[in-house]
Amino acid sequence: MAAQPETIDQVRAVTEQKYKYGFTTDIESDVAPKGLNEDIVRFISAKKNEPEWLLEWRLRAYRVWLTMEEPEWAAVQFPPIDYQDAHYYAAPKQKVRPKSLDEVDPELLATYAKLGIPLREQEILAGVEGSENKSPAIAVDAVFDSVSVATTFKAKLEEMGIIFCAISEAVQKHPDLVKKYLGSVVPYTDNYYATLNCAVFTDGSFVYIPKGVRCPMELSTYFRINQANTGQFERTLIIADEGSYVSYLEGCTAPQRDENQLHAAVVELVALDNATIKYSTVQNWYPGNAEGVGGIYNFVTKRGACRGKNSKISWTQVETGSAITWKYPSCILQGDNSVGEFYSVAITNNRQQADTGTKMIHIGKNTRSTIVSKGISAGKAQQTYRGLVKILPKAEGARNHTQCDSLLIGDQCGAHTVPYIESRNRSARIEHEATTAKISDDQLFYCRQRGISEEDAVSLIVNGFCKEVLKELPMEFAVEAQKLVGISLEGSVG
Amino acid sequence: MTTSLYSTRGADPTTAPAFLAPLEGRDAAILPVVADLRARGRARFAAVGLPTVKNEAWRYTNLRELAKQSIAPAGDSAATPVDRLPTVRSAGAGPRLVFVDGRFRADLSTLQGLPTGVLLTDFASACRDHGDLVAAHLGRLASADDRPLVALNSADLTDGVVLRVGAGVAVAEPIELVYVTVGREGVTASSHPRALILLETGARAVLVEHHISQGGAAVLSNHVAEITIGEGATLHHCKVQRENDASFHLSHIAASVATGGVYDNFILTLGARLSRNEVVSALDGRDARTHVSGGYMVRGHQHADISTVIDHAQPNGTSREVYKGVIDDHARAAFQGKIIVRPQAQKTDGHQLNRALLLSDNAEIDAKPELQIFADDVKCSHGCTAGELDDNALFYLRARGIDKETARGLLIGAFLADVLDEIAEAPIRDAFQDYVAGWLEEQR
Amino acid sequence: MIEIKNLHAKVDGKDILKGVDLTIRPGEVHAIMGPNGAGKSTLSYVLAGRDGYEVTDGSVTYYGKDLLAMEPEERAAEGVFLAFQYPVEIPGVANTTFLKTAINATRKHRGEKELDAMQFLKLLREKTKALGMSDEMLKRAVNVGFSGGEKKRNETLQMAVLEPKFAILDETDSGLDIDALKIVAEGVNALRSPERSMLVITHYQRLLDYIVPDYVHVLAAGRVVKSGGKDLALELEKNGYRDFGVDEAA
Repeated sequence: MAAQPETIDQVRAVTEQKYKYGFTTDIESDVAPKGLNEDIVRFISAKKNEPEWLLEWRLRAYRVWLTMEEPEWAAVQFPPIDYQDAHYYAAPKQKVRPKSLDEVDPELLATYAKLGIPLREQEILAGVEGSENKSPAIAVDAVFDSVSVATTFKAKLEEMGIIFCAISEAVQKHPDLVKKYLGSVVPYTDNYYATLNCAVFTDGSFVYIPKGVRCPMELSTYFRINQANTGQFERTLIIADEGSYVSYLEGCTAPQRDENQLHAAVVELVALDNATIKYSTVQNWYPGNAEGVGGIYNFVTKRGACRGKNSKISWTQVETGSAITWKYPSCILQGDNSVGEFYSVAITNNRQQADTGTKMIHIGKNTRSTIVSKGISAGKAQQTYRGLVKILPKAEGARNHTQCDSLLIGDQCGAHTVPYIESRNRSARIEHEATTAKISDDQLFYCRQRGISEEDAVSLIVNGFCKEVLKELPMEFAVEAQKLVGISLEGSVG
Repeated sequence: MTTSLYSTRGADPTTAPAFLAPLEGRDAAILPVVADLRARGRARFAAVGLPTVKNEAWRYTNLRELAKQSIAPAGDSAATPVDRLPTVRSAGAGPRLVFVDGRFRADLSTLQGLPTGVLLTDFASACRDHGDLVAAHLGRLASADDRPLVALNSADLTDGVVLRVGAGVAVAEPIELVYVTVGREGVTASSHPRALILLETGARAVLVEHHISQGGAAVLSNHVAEITIGEGATLHHCKVQRENDASFHLSHIAASVATGGVYDNFILTLGARLSRNEVVSALDGRDARTHVSGGYMVRGHQHADISTVIDHAQPNGTSREVYKGVIDDHARAAFQGKIIVRPQAQKTDGHQLNRALLLSDNAEIDAKPELQIFADDVKCSHGCTAGELDDNALFYLRARGIDKETARGLLIGAFLADVLDEIAEAPIRDAFQDYVAGWLEEQR
Repeated sequence: MIEIKNLHAKVDGKDILKGVDLTIRPGEVHAIMGPNGAGKSTLSYVLAGRDGYEVTDGSVTYYGKDLLAMEPEERAAEGVFLAFQYPVEIPGVANTTFLKTAINATRKHRGEKELDAMQFLKLLREKTKALGMSDEMLKRAVNVGFSGGEKKRNETLQMAVLEPKFAILDETDSGLDIDALKIVAEGVNALRSPERSMLVITHYQRLLDYIVPDYVHVLAAGRVVKSGGKDLALELEKNGYRDFGVDEAA
């Protein structure tokens, strides 16, 4: 039979108190008036002191957006969003961009400390054994309500020619790079949410790795929504020039609020010849309470272009938060022999909904893609894997392997799998497998007979189920992610 | 969450009048239920028209070419000579109904070999003699609201077949339905046959459908079948479609299986310029089983679409689905297979496999297998592959002195052989095997 | 001391155990033999506390405590160990992770300090070596891809690590060839001690050549119908279970 009644109670008991990032920071903010129109777009652009071409691009996007319809194909349900009832700009009040962390509002620093995100380089270094001589493991760009508040280790990275800064700063300092690549992977006409992002994006991270450089540390952006009634629209752009390598991490949290907040980000990756980008996400936006009140609408467009031959883009995501997740980190495999990967763990509990997956577009010869998706659904959650594998006629010798596994915990949730497989090249080989099952009573009893509590047994079994994906995460994240898997499902026994 | 209720996004009602205008003033219906369904079908189709690729259920099959045809209802075919009728029987005669351009031909049909307790008749006779049966089942499983082509079929509901197998009756002989399309030059003659099939408690039957063309004229056949499988009843339903490559073949089969019942469906698609076979098998009783499978072999500019829905609505159901396809030249095939497991359908076991072989640089396969699962104690899986013939195997055969074309034929035949094994009855399997062999022979 | 009194149990609404009485003192090895369907596996699951096995009458007193009132993990922590007839596969969970989680859960329950990674590995190495198991087996996911013999050896390893007071061996010989059986039996024999009781459940006498019991009981139709010394097993081997109203070729 299905879950034990007490199990379902336990699942129900996993509520917002488990969300330890639900606090708010009391900080003075610059907030644009509610609503969306061309003046707001101009206001944002002016605030950022943007060049004319960028304003024009934003306005073009805005005008296209007005003609678009919200997509209806995803298996998620939510009341219509009133796009006029939100602020499109909120930023912690600062007179000038702080030159060092000493100028950053202490409240902000305290927030990040509370989140466990170190922003003081000396603190990070102090935490590293042997200290100064060793490379630090991680450099952080902290984005607070759509504005980058601090970026660590900039100087050290600059020595190697690596640019890691807020995208608003890159617009000022590296306009040629931004102009060349912004919108080149996700054009301003792409889809409803991405187009909206083009019109109103406020900040995000920018990374450029020069030719032949292997970035010596993990680069990381930590996103935090704080302000009420704001949408968050960041834009991230990462360019890995020929022969370079970068591993990039992204984490997200938000306060606990009763209203839903929209997060419509866009991430663009460009990998040139022989370059590799590894992009990892641990998404833990506030998921709403057990009754489905509040939580983030995470409607995100992430796409990478493997432009160069032998290039590689690897997406790894652990999605545990958000009321609704709508995201499909994708790879456009243009360069011959290029490689796309998508490793995903998505956990939905209570009333969460997720429609997530990937698109692998094979254009070049001998392009290869791997998709491993592990979905876990508990409580009254609904989760869908949606993925497209498309082989175009010139993709001689293309290969795809897809494995989608779903695990159901409790008899009130749903797990759905919707792959789209389109092949127009006979030499391409595509294999897709999907399974759905529950945690077996045998497995649970076996663990319990060895003295492991039901709760720990579930965490153990689910972590085992996700192992193929979790092992793709950088070490620093893997441990966090494993714990998160446990926390997200605490008590939810099948 | 809703499942496949027709979304009108992308609907194009401007395509409707060409289909509906010729229906004005057609013969009056015998039964009010028929008149009513026709009216509903006409109203619905007028509102939505042909589906377009903007509709998720139709994203891989474009009916643009159909919309461009000059459509006219098939004329009177009562005296049309018919050359030769296909059969799965190697000898002797058995029950068979023949339809030419969608109209029943009593002169070519026979009820020979049917046991008592079986009603097998044409739609008009059933309306006249078994009005209650028709009224009870017509439009019950296939909804004109959800599917534009069911609406179109309803709009011109005139002829078809009614089969009822009484409780406990087992029909040993396969019942054959032969649909011959002839059409006429200059127009695309349309017919919309309907089948109402009812197996009462514990009944057993085997049904074989042949769809062939006589001549090269383009036609539109738009079939709808409503199949009710009673408790513990079993229907094996096999269909082979070999229409000419100018024609459009559209078919919707809606089956509902009661407790302990079995519905098996096998479709072999070889013909038509554009075909779409929709099979919806709903396990509405506990411990029910369904097994839907088939092969599709297309070339030239053919387009074949297989769209299935297995709907597990009750506990302990079992479903199995295997399709294999071979696509050559500029042909294109689409496979959409959805398995739904509803919240109460615990202990469901559902498996699906689709494998496609692309033989040319211009061939295309689009597949969308789909699991929609709302119960936790289930085992469901699907697999999907696409690729070309195994080079190593091909080389191995050639190294043993077998010429390339023969070697390819052998390997394609082997690829399809195991899907034909899904057919339980040897004579039907053999007959279908011959059609496959014939197709391969023409390839050379 | 384990005292099973008048134990009745149902599975899927069917009465399987119909009044089992059995007393096992520390250090004793008892064998339960019986034909298929006698209720042997049911008895082991009831003792370990598996869901779906409903006790309708009787009691099990375990060192003075009511065993039947405990959750499965509590019983394990109290020292009840079931070596499964069909050990369960847990994909993705490494054997070491599993064992560490299990041993620390048990230690925590007993108020002992949890082992850190180093201590645990040291302990594990010792036990593995004694059983002739490879490190490679420890890295693999629990029972996934293990042969029948490997699975049973893995069960024995778990028993060695968890050091139970009362071990139930459910058809430990099933699926083993004679060499594998000897290895597993050696492992089990090494764990015999004056504090540890064992209940060896088997259909065949063969296993009892290697794990020699102090007492043998015949379970038929849900009851212990005959008890005796180790010679009873030989008798059964010769005559089968016919004398107990069961006609089957043993």
